[in-house]
Amino acid sequence: MDHLLWLIPAFPLVGFILLALWGKHLSRFRTAIIGAGSVSLSAILTLFIGLNFLHSTPADGHYSQTLWTWFEVAGLIPKITLYLDALSLVFVFVITFIGALIHIYSVAFMAADKDYARFFACMNLFVFSMLLLVLADNLLLLYLGWEGVGLCSYLLIGFWYENPNNGYAARKAFIITRIGDTAMAIGLFVVFYQFGTLVIPDILALAPTTWQEGATVTTVTALLLLAGGLGKSAQLPLQTWLPDAMAGPSPVSALIHAATMVTAGVYLIARMHVIFQLSPIAQMIVAGIGAATLLIAGFSALTQYDIKRVLAYSTISQIGYMFLALGLGAWTAAIFHFMIHAFFKALLFLAAGAVIEALDHEHNMFKMGGLKNKLPVIFWTFLIGSASLAALPIISAGFYSKDQILWYAWASEHGNATLWLIALLGAFLTAAYTARMLLLTFWGDAKTAVSHYPGKFMTIPLAILAFFSLFAGLIELPHNFGHFTLFSDLLHQVLPETILRTGIHGELPFQLLAFLVTFGGVYMAYIFWYKKPQLIEKLKQSPPLTHLYRFWFSGWGFDQIYHVLFVKPVVFIANINKDDVIDKFYQGITILMVRLNRLLSVTQSGSLRWYIIGLVVGAILILSIQLML
Amino acid sequence: MMSTPIATEIVILLAGLLFVLGIVGVIIRKNIIFMLLSVEIMLNAAGLAFVAAGSRWAQPDGQVMFIFILAMAAAEVSVGLALILRIYHQHKSLDIDKLKEMKG
Repeated sequence: MDHLLWLIPAFPLVGFILLALWGKHLSRFRTAIIGAGSVSLSAILTLFIGLNFLHSTPADGHYSQTLWTWFEVAGLIPKITLYLDALSLVFVFVITFIGALIHIYSVAFMAADKDYARFFACMNLFVFSMLLLVLADNLLLLYLGWEGVGLCSYLLIGFWYENPNNGYAARKAFIITRIGDTAMAIGLFVVFYQFGTLVIPDILALAPTTWQEGATVTTVTALLLLAGGLGKSAQLPLQTWLPDAMAGPSPVSALIHAATMVTAGVYLIARMHVIFQLSPIAQMIVAGIGAATLLIAGFSALTQYDIKRVLAYSTISQIGYMFLALGLGAWTAAIFHFMIHAFFKALLFLAAGAVIEALDHEHNMFKMGGLKNKLPVIFWTFLIGSASLAALPIISAGFYSKDQILWYAWASEHGNATLWLIALLGAFLTAAYTARMLLLTFWGDAKTAVSHYPGKFMTIPLAILAFFSLFAGLIELPHNFGHFTLFSDLLHQVLPETILRTGIHGELPFQLLAFLVTFGGVYMAYIFWYKKPQLIEKLKQSPPLTHLYRFWFSGWGFDQIYHVLFVKPVVFIANINKDDVIDKFYQGITILMVRLNRLLSVTQSGSLRWYIIGLVVGAILILSIQLML
Repeated sequence: MMSTPIATEIVILLAGLLFVLGIVGVIIRKNIIFMLLSVEIMLNAAGLAFVAAGSRWAQPDGQVMFIFILAMAAAEVSVGLALILRIYHQHKSLDIDKLKEMKG
């Protein structure tokens, strides 16, 4: 089976090359076939290989295929090797399967766009890079994929480049993630310096014997890798790019900024979990950042009026949950939440995209409303996605994944009451902003007329994703509720088990509390944004609350702080240095040369007499010098 | 009938004098023909110096060089005169100061 591994990333790459080279000459139909077909082929092949993997797991727990040696330099010999184990299988499955659905959706969604081929070319390149990222067996190849997805993210956020704001959002995303990427590159240097190899399984095997637990070098490496993850996964303090990244088309937001690329940080930390386990401080920081991010983004999501920005903040918040789980040592819970989140968040973004298109590019939720009966398919799928996001107990997949994280926030060996309370408050906020979004969009009076109705290409992917948002959670049930652990059994081939604190028992009260909190959040949203909207108006009268609202709305003022701290000084220095201080020196040389030229050109008078005098004087000078010496 | 040999130094001095005369002629004369004549004088001064040196060391080389200089001077004069003829046709003048074209 492993000899077919290379085909998974090869299909999207071929699709990209075809579309990039001949995209302008292909008909829309052929473009759609190549664009969506390449990823669909990858998805089918992944199912095939995945089933084979599950059916007869190889003894060493992975398939690998070496294609060729990339280069050889001073002991660094990275090979183009694909490595598929349980962890990467989950990621490859999500990337290709959800990727294929989103591509099919895009066939209809982007149908009217003039740059049809460019869109699919970028999307295919993205899928290829993302697959390279998760299939890489060494960190250098992973980094290639890592930069590739960053590039595609930039290209697709700025897809509608005629609007300068979109270009600005694209640059912002690129530059902020670049901060993390740079830290990560330094982390790779440290790893190579320490181990003399970048092959991931070798590093994981060597690390426990080479490094002391809690040693400085371990912590520094872990933090550098974490910084890379923070940039890509939009976590504190590098989270500000994601809400602006919503400038891209909705399928892009669904694929890149919800389902796959933004979880690359989660993948990286899970992949390098040994290093994080060796550094309790770094792991504590991961959990702390996750907890802080999920709260901050949750509050911000509650105040947004642009439906896609709500979803963006919600994505940041949910990835915060994943980081929290990683920090708690609940590795499988993080990956499980990643998978479920990919399903329902892709669904929500696609459904939101359909709503936005149906209302003639209206993003403002307060101008929507009453779509419940007009767009029934969208409504039902959106409802299912929202239920999963809000972690509605028992019936939604999101419940099973988030409940695990809540439980481990209390019960794992790194867990404590504070983290648990934050996670619980986050769950309350999630339920509240999800219900608010749902109520504003689909209930109430219709404020904008529906101008388009989504076709089959858009509704079928939504229905499939809705199915998974409901039932994907059933592959992993809580300990006291079925205790079915298919997913974590699979991942425990790669990731260690979560260690619980001693003397912890009774999962049930915590689950009941989570139920209550979820319903509390939904009820609060119901009161404020449906039943008694005048309450909100009343609250807006009091100045402190208005300030708080503005503060949350602007994403806790991070943009303003960064503007003052980084953007302004840089612009200031750039202004001073507008005509390049160092260039002055070279300009001086040219000015000197021009002066000398003027001086000498006076001698070119055209007067033969002076030339001869010059010759004679020169000859006398040379002769006299020779005589003197 | 042998004339008394003349000291080489005097001949060289004469050659130097002729050469300086030639240079001064080239520098101060306005007419191109006169400048050409002055150049000829310089050439002959050099030739004279060669002959003097050849006789001083009793070598034929000096005279050989003089023959060369003669031939070269003849060629130079023919080319120079041809150029002067062309210049006169074109500019109707042989005044070197009027023929300046470069302004520096």
